[in-house]
Amino acid sequence: MKKIEAFIRHEAFEPIRAELLDRGFPSLSILEAKGSGRQKGIVEHYRGSTLTVNVRPKLKLEVVVEDEDCQVVVEAILRHARTGEIGDGKIFVLPVEEAIRIRTGESGHEVLQLHDGAEASA
Amino acid sequence: MSLTQTVAEKTAELNMVWVAVACILVFLMQAGFMFLEIGFSRQKNAGTGVAKILVNFAICTIAWWAVGYGIAEGGGNEIFGDSGFFFHFDQTVAGELVTGETAMLMLYGLAFCAVSLAIVWGTTLERIKFGAYVVYAIVFGAVIYPLVAHAVWGGGLLSDIGGKPVMDFAGSSVVHLTGAVGALAALLLLGPRRGKYDAQGRPRAIPGHSMPLVGLGVIILWIGWFGFNGGSTFETSASFFGEVMLNTQLAAAAGVIGASLAVYLKGRAVDVGMAGNGAIAGLVGITAPAGFVEYWAAPIIGLVAGVLVVFAVLAIDKKVDDPVGALSAHGLAGIWGTLAVGIFASPRLISEGAGSGLWYGIFGDESLGSAFGQLGVQGLAVLFTFAVVFAISIATFFGIKKTIGLRVPAAEEDAGLDISSHGMYGYPEAFIPQPEYSTGLPEAVARPAASAPTPPRLAPEAG
Repeated sequence: MKKIEAFIRHEAFEPIRAELLDRGFPSLSILEAKGSGRQKGIVEHYRGSTLTVNVRPKLKLEVVVEDEDCQVVVEAILRHARTGEIGDGKIFVLPVEEAIRIRTGESGHEVLQLHDGAEASA
Repeated sequence: MSLTQTVAEKTAELNMVWVAVACILVFLMQAGFMFLEIGFSRQKNAGTGVAKILVNFAICTIAWWAVGYGIAEGGGNEIFGDSGFFFHFDQTVAGELVTGETAMLMLYGLAFCAVSLAIVWGTTLERIKFGAYVVYAIVFGAVIYPLVAHAVWGGGLLSDIGGKPVMDFAGSSVVHLTGAVGALAALLLLGPRRGKYDAQGRPRAIPGHSMPLVGLGVIILWIGWFGFNGGSTFETSASFFGEVMLNTQLAAAAGVIGASLAVYLKGRAVDVGMAGNGAIAGLVGITAPAGFVEYWAAPIIGLVAGVLVVFAVLAIDKKVDDPVGALSAHGLAGIWGTLAVGIFASPRLISEGAGSGLWYGIFGDESLGSAFGQLGVQGLAVLFTFAVVFAISIATFFGIKKTIGLRVPAAEEDAGLDISSHGMYGYPEAFIPQPEYSTGLPEAVARPAASAPTPPRLAPEAG
C-alpha cells in the first residue's frame, strides 16, 4: 500500500478528483495547507506599511492505494496539476503499513478504494 | 414682517429640516449596499466592497455638483437642464437665485443619484477591475442618472406625455430601474465569475461569506428607505409623509412574506438571502407608488414584488451571474412598481393631469380610458429609462473594456480582489498564518524588510 501526498494549486483539485473517481478511486482527503518553496510569497499592504507573507496557500491531497495503482494516481495528478509555472507543487509517495475500516474492522486491500458492492456517488 | 410671512418662512424651514433628516437616511443606505454586497461575496473579496462604496460615493458627489445637478434640475429643455453647473453662491438655477433650500434639495438629489449608482455594481462583484468603478461613476453621476431624473422630475420629456405626467413618487424607475439597467450592461460585457457555470452550462452556487452582514445591509436599506420615500414629499404639510412611510413599511413587510413563502414552497426552506431580496423588492416596488396609492394597495404591491423576485432570481441565475440579485430586486421590481402606479393610483392622490389607476376604472367610476392612458405612460417611462440608460451604459463599459479593461485576469480573480486589487486582505487572519506575523523572531533570523526581495503582489509566478 502506498500513500500519495500531493501539494497542488487549488484549481487543480476538481479535475483530479473527477478523473480519480472515473478510474475507481473515490477515497481521498484534502487539507488546506500553507507552505513555501521556489514560489515567492505575497506582500500585504496595510495602512502604508507592508507585511511579507512567505507562505502561500496550497491544497494537500492525500490518497492511499495499492502499490500497483500508485502510478495511475500520480499520473492523474501530474496531468491536471502541471501548468509549467513555478508553484505547481510536489508529490510524495510513502509506504503504508496497514489500513483498517472503522465501521467493519476489516483491514488490508478490502479497505482501499472501490470494491464489489460499494456505492459510487458523484 | 407680517405674521403670515413669518409662518410661511418657518414652514419652508421646517420642510427643509425634514428633507435634511431624510437625506441623511438615504446617505445611510450606502452602508446598506456595502454590507449587503460584502455579505454576498466571498471572504477574499470583502475589503474591496468598502473601497468601492467610498470611492464611488465620492466621485459621484463631485460629478453631481459639477455637472449632474445642472442637467437634472437646471430647467433648460425637455432633454437636459442648462443651469446650475458647479453649484455656487449667487447662481441662478432654472431661473431662480439659489438659497440654502436649493442647496438642501441639491444634496438630496445627490443622495438618490448615489443610491442608483450603488445598485449598478451588484452584478459585477468579485471580478471587475477597480478602474471601471471610477470611470463609470463619472459618467453616471454627470450624465446617465441626471438625464433620467430630468425627464421625470426636472420638467423633461416624461413630465408631460399628452397632458399626463409619469407618476414615479421616489424613483422605482428613475433610481432603481436605472441602476439595474446599468448593472445589466456591465454584466453582459463582464461575464460570469469563474466556476459559476459547469461544463454543461448549469449554474452552481457560489455562497456569500456572511448572511449576518447581508441581514444588516437589508435592515439598513429598509430604514434608509423611510428617508427615500418619506422625504420625497419635500414638505411636512398635513404630515403626508406619514402616509408615505406607512405604505413603505406595508410593502416591505409583504415583500418579505411573499419571497419567503415562494422560496419555502419551492424548496421547503426559507432561504436567508431570498428573504432579504424580498424586503428590497417590496421596497423598490412601493417606491414609485408610495405617495399615490391607498394603504390596502401597498401590501399587494409588495407581495407581488416579493414573489416575483424569487422566480426572477432563479430564472436569471440560469443565464447570467448576478451575485446579489440586483437585476431582479431593483430591475424587475422597479418595472413592477412603475406599472403598479398605473394599476393602483388613487384618484385622491394622483398628480395634476394624471389618470387614476386601472383598479378605479374597473371597480370605481373613474374613466377607464384615462386609466389605460396612464398605464401606457408608466410603461413608456420604463421603456425610456431602459433605452437611455442601456445605450449610454453599454457604450461606456465597452469603452472601458477596450481601454483599461473591465475584468481582472483569472489569477487575480482566484486570489481575490482584496489582495490583487488592493494589496491587502479584508480578513487578514483568514489568509495569513499566525507565525507569519513574525513576532518574537530573533534578530539573526529576521531579515531586514528593506533588503528582502520584493515578491510580486500576486500569482503571476515570476521566477
